[in-house]
Amino acid sequence: MAATITLNRQSAFSSAAGVAEATTEPALVRGILIAIAALFLGLFLFLPLAVVFAAAFAKGVSAYFVSFREPDALAAIRLTLLAAGIAVPLNLVFGVCAAWSIAKFEFAGKSLLITLIDLPFSVSPVVSGLIYVLLFGLQGLLGPWLAAHDIKIIFAVPGIVLATIFVTFPFVARELIPLIQAQGSEEEEAALTLGASGWQTFLRVTLPNVKWGLLYGVILCNARAMGEFGAVSVVSGHIRGLTNTMPLHIEILYNEYQFVSAFAVASLLALLALVTLVAKSAVEWKAKQQHAALARNWEEVTV
Amino acid sequence: MAINFKQRSILPGFGLTLGFTLLYLSLIVLIPLSATFLKASTLTWAQFWHTVSAPRAVASYRLSFGASFIAALTNLFFGLLVAWVLVRYSFPGKRLLDSLVDLPFALPTAVAGIALTTIYSPHGWIGRYLAAIGIKGAYSPLGVVIALTFVGLPFVVRTVQPVLADLEKDTEEAAASLGASRWQTFSRVILPAVLPAAVTGFTMAFARAVGEYGSVVFISGNMPMRTEITPLLIITKLEQYDYAGATAIAVVMLVVSFTLLLAINLLQKWSSERQKKGSAADSLAPDETLTPGLALQEG
Repeated sequence: MAATITLNRQSAFSSAAGVAEATTEPALVRGILIAIAALFLGLFLFLPLAVVFAAAFAKGVSAYFVSFREPDALAAIRLTLLAAGIAVPLNLVFGVCAAWSIAKFEFAGKSLLITLIDLPFSVSPVVSGLIYVLLFGLQGLLGPWLAAHDIKIIFAVPGIVLATIFVTFPFVARELIPLIQAQGSEEEEAALTLGASGWQTFLRVTLPNVKWGLLYGVILCNARAMGEFGAVSVVSGHIRGLTNTMPLHIEILYNEYQFVSAFAVASLLALLALVTLVAKSAVEWKAKQQHAALARNWEEVTV
Repeated sequence: MAINFKQRSILPGFGLTLGFTLLYLSLIVLIPLSATFLKASTLTWAQFWHTVSAPRAVASYRLSFGASFIAALTNLFFGLLVAWVLVRYSFPGKRLLDSLVDLPFALPTAVAGIALTTIYSPHGWIGRYLAAIGIKGAYSPLGVVIALTFVGLPFVVRTVQPVLADLEKDTEEAAASLGASRWQTFSRVILPAVLPAAVTGFTMAFARAVGEYGSVVFISGNMPMRTEITPLLIITKLEQYDYAGATAIAVVMLVVSFTLLLAINLLQKWSSERQKKGSAADSLAPDETLTPGLALQEG
């Protein structure tokens, strides 16, 4: 048993088997700990995922697909795609701008700016929606002006898009800032001294270096944008076929005891979650590859 | 730009990117947040206090904060265990479990909510066994704790994993060679080293759980005074057009969120300083030693 379970990489280089044994637990303890961890993760992670698909197909495959032909479900899917389609590119542009200004320059107030960018993470989703109701709602600060000009933001699509932008605000920025900081500025400075313009430097030097982290930030941002529930619930008005996103539609179906339809729509979002997890592993693997390639190049240059 | 605001750099684009960043930040985050505090200031202090200290509100705080605390504590214990198993051991399916840990980040809260309710309701896969021994899973505070445990699960694991992976083996080997049992080594050498990261993860899990809505609102049953979480109370007040009341409670939640955000930032600073100190001590040359006086000042 001890031979097949490998110890961590550092002790693998120890020559003395006695040292290796002294820095790990007896096989029985290891087995018990692994079992407990697997049980805990299985209970809390695997089971919910399994029940989504089990309940979606509980009445068979045709019942599953029928759920998507319903007009309200299609409208919800369209609205979700629209909200994500606006929120994600906007937050992408913001994330890139914020990462450039924060990671490449030193200025007073930088840590305050970083904390402010992180604010939407710490605010409860319901409060995130409430703040837009207080600004744009009928009784809000801008309410009378909007009513006079017949502009509907709250209880209409613009409000949903705004709330989605707020809750997914920091994702791309948070992903890019440490990445660009770790890259340093030498390559960009070299490009500039060789005559590249700012744009050329950004597009051909900075962007390729961070492309995997950027992609992962976009995927995370998209997953959260499509799945947001609390904030959108507050600003939406829950008008069927008009202002319901997929999570809100799932809520309606579930509360009406239409479990198969609810879980069918939910299974789409669960699939999106699985794609997100796979993307994360892929990005980590690619980043490791890039890292290893860079290290090899460095060795070849310095040796 | 004045020279003392920003260090000189040949890289272009500072003005443009910072300008857009600040504009976007103000429009999306700062101005709406100020609208909340502005609205709250239209209440008198007495009205504000009356709303936030009403029995129903206090009951919701007790549930939201209490359940979040228990859930975060559960995640602290099991998160440490899972991080240990994922970093130190090798077993089939480890890679799969490692990626699965991020599921609560990726899965929409509404989907998690209906899934957990289905599992723990009286006829559910687990709920039926709980009902047999008289425990209510869904539609009770226990359901709320379960949902919040799900939501906060990745935090402790992901903050402890890198710290655990970076621990030098030599302190453990030294302890073992000095006769410590494995448990002594773990509790006296390893645990203190990962403590800052673990506490950071705990606080993050707690902060996330306190504001959680989608995962909880299905499984909790939403009975006022008993299983109503604070975010739901805000929504209920909004639906009754009690904007002032909703805002007052929202301000309470915002103050708590900002305090926790501050605490997390401080904890992360503590954690990274601990790591830096650890690696600095390792890199001392054999004839150099940290004098006791110096160590006291740094601590």
